[in-house]
Amino acid sequence: MLLPLKWLGKYVNIEISPKELADGLTYSGSHVESITRLDKGIENVVVGRINEIERHPNADKLFVCKVDLGDKLETIVTGATNLKKGDYVPVAINGAVLAGGVSIGSTVFRGIESNGMLCSLQELGYPDNVIPKEVRDGIFVFDKEYPLGADAIEYLQLDEDVIEFEITPNRPDCLSIYGMARETAATFGWELEYPRISIKHEADDINDYTQGIFVETLNCKRYYSRVVKDVKIGPSPLWLQTTLMNAGVRPISNIVDVTNFVMIELGEPLHAFDLDMLQGRKIIVRQAKSGESLTTLDGTERTLGEDDIIIADASMPIGIAGVMGGLDSEITQGTTTVLLEGANFSSRHIRMTSKKFGLRTEASSRFEKGIDPNLCKMAVERACQLIEEIGAGTVVKGEIDVNQSTSASRVLTLRPDRARLLIGTDIADEEMIGYLTRLEFKALLENGLIKAEVPSFRDDVEGEADLIEEVGRIYGFHRVESKPLVGGLTRGERPYNKQMELKVKNVMQGLGYNEVMTYSFISPKAYDKLNLPEDAPERKYIRLMNPLGEDYSTMRTTLLSNMMELLYRNEKRGIDEVLAYEIGSVFIPGSLPVTDLPDEKQVLSIGVYGSKDFYFVKESLQMVFGRMGIRNLRFKPLSSHPSFHPGRTAEVYSGDESMGYFGEIHPDVLENYDIKNKVYAGVIDFDQIIRLANPEVKYKPLPKYPAVTRDIAVVVDESVLVGELEETIIENGEGLVEAISLFDIYRGNQVQDNKKSVAFSIVYRSYEGTLTEDIISRIQRNTITGLENKHNAKLRS
Amino acid sequence: MKDRLEELRDSALKELQNVVDMADLESLRVKFLGKKGEITSILRDMGKLSAEMRPVIGQMANEVRSEIEDKISEAKELLKEKMKEAKLATETIDVTVSTEKLVRGHRHPLIATAEELEDLFISMGFKVVTGPEVETVENNFDALNTPDNHPSRDMSDTFYINDHILLRTQTSPVQIRAMKKYGAPLRMVSAGRTFRFDNVDDTHSPMFHQLEGLVVDENISLANLIHTLDIFVKELFGDDMKTRFRPHYFPFTEPSAEVDVTCIKCRGEGCPSCNFTGWSMELLGCGMVHPKVLETCGIDSEKYTGFAFGMGIDRITMVKYGINDIRMLFDNDKRFLDQF
Repeated sequence: MLLPLKWLGKYVNIEISPKELADGLTYSGSHVESITRLDKGIENVVVGRINEIERHPNADKLFVCKVDLGDKLETIVTGATNLKKGDYVPVAINGAVLAGGVSIGSTVFRGIESNGMLCSLQELGYPDNVIPKEVRDGIFVFDKEYPLGADAIEYLQLDEDVIEFEITPNRPDCLSIYGMARETAATFGWELEYPRISIKHEADDINDYTQGIFVETLNCKRYYSRVVKDVKIGPSPLWLQTTLMNAGVRPISNIVDVTNFVMIELGEPLHAFDLDMLQGRKIIVRQAKSGESLTTLDGTERTLGEDDIIIADASMPIGIAGVMGGLDSEITQGTTTVLLEGANFSSRHIRMTSKKFGLRTEASSRFEKGIDPNLCKMAVERACQLIEEIGAGTVVKGEIDVNQSTSASRVLTLRPDRARLLIGTDIADEEMIGYLTRLEFKALLENGLIKAEVPSFRDDVEGEADLIEEVGRIYGFHRVESKPLVGGLTRGERPYNKQMELKVKNVMQGLGYNEVMTYSFISPKAYDKLNLPEDAPERKYIRLMNPLGEDYSTMRTTLLSNMMELLYRNEKRGIDEVLAYEIGSVFIPGSLPVTDLPDEKQVLSIGVYGSKDFYFVKESLQMVFGRMGIRNLRFKPLSSHPSFHPGRTAEVYSGDESMGYFGEIHPDVLENYDIKNKVYAGVIDFDQIIRLANPEVKYKPLPKYPAVTRDIAVVVDESVLVGELEETIIENGEGLVEAISLFDIYRGNQVQDNKKSVAFSIVYRSYEGTLTEDIISRIQRNTITGLENKHNAKLRS
Repeated sequence: MKDRLEELRDSALKELQNVVDMADLESLRVKFLGKKGEITSILRDMGKLSAEMRPVIGQMANEVRSEIEDKISEAKELLKEKMKEAKLATETIDVTVSTEKLVRGHRHPLIATAEELEDLFISMGFKVVTGPEVETVENNFDALNTPDNHPSRDMSDTFYINDHILLRTQTSPVQIRAMKKYGAPLRMVSAGRTFRFDNVDDTHSPMFHQLEGLVVDENISLANLIHTLDIFVKELFGDDMKTRFRPHYFPFTEPSAEVDVTCIKCRGEGCPSCNFTGWSMELLGCGMVHPKVLETCGIDSEKYTGFAFGMGIDRITMVKYGINDIRMLFDNDKRFLDQF
């Protein structure tokens, strides 16, 4: 919302600087976005008159003008084609500065010296979107004669400060100059000047011009209307145009400008119909019939439904109420009789209609927030006054006012003690009444309670809490002295799973992994790129109704695709090694389509490329599980996951519980992601980690007795896994195996084809006493027998 | 014999001058002091001397012997020192060489910031609570007193899964869950992912992050809220930081306020990044919990009052580290992450 301060000054007497005004309003809740001085440092731009204009003798596209500046005549060369002798124009004289700091001096154009420059509105600092279409491409020509040589800035109303506000959705009453004046008066405790509206001359009778207004729906709370005759459509006077431009509105023509002016000033959207175009010269306000259609002002044909409120004449719809008028009844150059509409429509219906058609207009955005029905009359009267004032038509006597608004006055109760408690500051009862009165509440003290009658424009105030806010904000939150929380000590802590997460993140960081963060929604193509079959559980995903696009349309059921995407991006940028992990949610629906909230499972994903290999990822996971105190880890080959290399992938178990899988990414999948490096990745069920975690550390006394180390080497079939041999060694170790380390795997001349020799160093230790040779020999024997029987191993001598 | 001893001493001392290593020194020792050494042989010949001369020469021989011994052990120490220095000199390495064998992993700056914020509140006795990213319309809007016509409910603002399930647009629904679960009194914070229908640009992302806080107890006031957030801002950005509470509108708090914080760049002097206001705008939103919200969660709004606040973690992370493009947070470029 743009608030030009001169306009505001018509309703409150401003005696402070724009900055002070902005600060004060900020502290009472109107958030200031910016303060702009419109002349932007313009100097020495004056009114001039073109006394002569002729083509430049040496240049086809230039004109040479003799410009009267009052005290002297200057020669000025221009390229503009819209000028004629006698035009009054803004002239940047020698030494002038334009908006944006451009200085103007004398310049020679093809042999003719030009002493100054004729200005367009752009050059004077107006933004393109408010400059009237007709004058966009030329020098600005004044609407009438102004004193020659006088400062043009004043006539163009550029000596103006404009404050831009962000108005919150609960305060539609502030979306007008008058509304902000009311807010300003309340904030500073100033007098508010009420709009004084009077029409000097009225002719004829409205009933001779219309056959009446019929409101056939309860969704139009009020319809107030007047007629203006002998209308002469044309441009508005300069003051009206510049006033609108300063408020961010582009001038169009006098009648439309007046309706826009009143909307900005009072907040009530008005509509002007060409009365002669109305069939039967009547207005019917009703719900549309299903299938009816209308071409709106923007030239689009719209099919209406029963929820849409429309304005119709005797035969057909002529406007979508509160949203946009119809093309047929639009004000045109030939319009001579105008019917002005000031109406109040159900905000809910306007909102639905506007949303349905994707049509958001100044009018609809105001109606959908809610407008005081009392404004209808004031706004139409104000428009009539202005039309008369600028000589655009003659106001016809009488009005038609269909008023169905029932809003009875609402009286709320405020307990002053409650306000003091909630704000935490001692504000006296009388002071509270004072603030509410400034806000136009009718407030008085009754038996220690404040009774406040809510003004008609404050539908947002519903209860005591709202009144407390009103008191608080006018008092000023910045004046509230801060007080520490009191009460019993409370223990601040993270939930268990978050605590575990942090421990895991520490481990990953220590191992050199970077933590990454990716979107919760992904493209459905991800599941194809991961080579997941049609019946893969990952494909049971939730779709958004209104995604930002295909790439963000499904809630992820795996973290792997995001990991692959980011590895791809890093590789493409020439980064030769990445170690990354993410802990995040996947979304598993209970059923599809979704009826309840999905299960949000936490997953740890790992992705690595560069110098690291499978065993690096494996050990990383061992470190994580180790930190979590999860024991009995087992790794089983996994050859069936379509995203992974069939011979280089493992599923991790703790005991019999699967924790997830990891391995080398399948070359086909790498190709789908256009990744050149080998990628090792893993997906681990983090909820499972949390469930099995036992990170409590208990001290175990250091061993008192020496360890015994025995080496053992066996020849086994190539298919026998080292992990299986280790399990057998442990099984036969009588609980005394402290460590097993693999020190050699040998394939070659010394062993048969398809066989390998595997050598371990085994450390035995007892906490009870020194191990005797008897025990060690027994264990060794049993171990060898076990390896032979279970794995067909042969002891290698 | 006396002359002989003196000669021996002089020649021993002279030879000592020329010793360069331990082997030289050892052979010198053997030559003069060894079992077959010269001093020993003189002492052996003492029998041939007269009784008067024997003690004189004996004493002198012992003196010469111990003088040579002392000199030798002195020289030995010196030699040892020299050898150590020579060894150290040969072991010199180029300390400017980098092998880059170790890597340190890095925490994501936004997630680390979120944890840092949580830690600040944990130290003030707040419990960390989590909630789901996919939420009900009920928890995300209805229970938070959001009017039916509030623009935030639009499909152009909020991602929907169906008419009653959506991607949460704020962390505030966790308040509802926490109040229903724990009742009053309560002090909680919750950080997490939030979603709004915003196209990606340098300041917008359809997924972003918030931290939500809530205190419900008897006699909780706006003055308490101001105090709590003041402390928080000072802890986060420094003791010279000021806050400015501006009345604002949120459906679930009444009164509501937005909090501006002293511009982190210019510390309040005024600079282009704060539009010369000296304030970083809209860093926090807050207010006193609306009685309707308390009642919806089964808390007696006459007995208990409360305050709530929320902040954008992405924004705070960006301000803290001077990141000017939010997309960097979601891009996961190693060169970016390695900086934190």
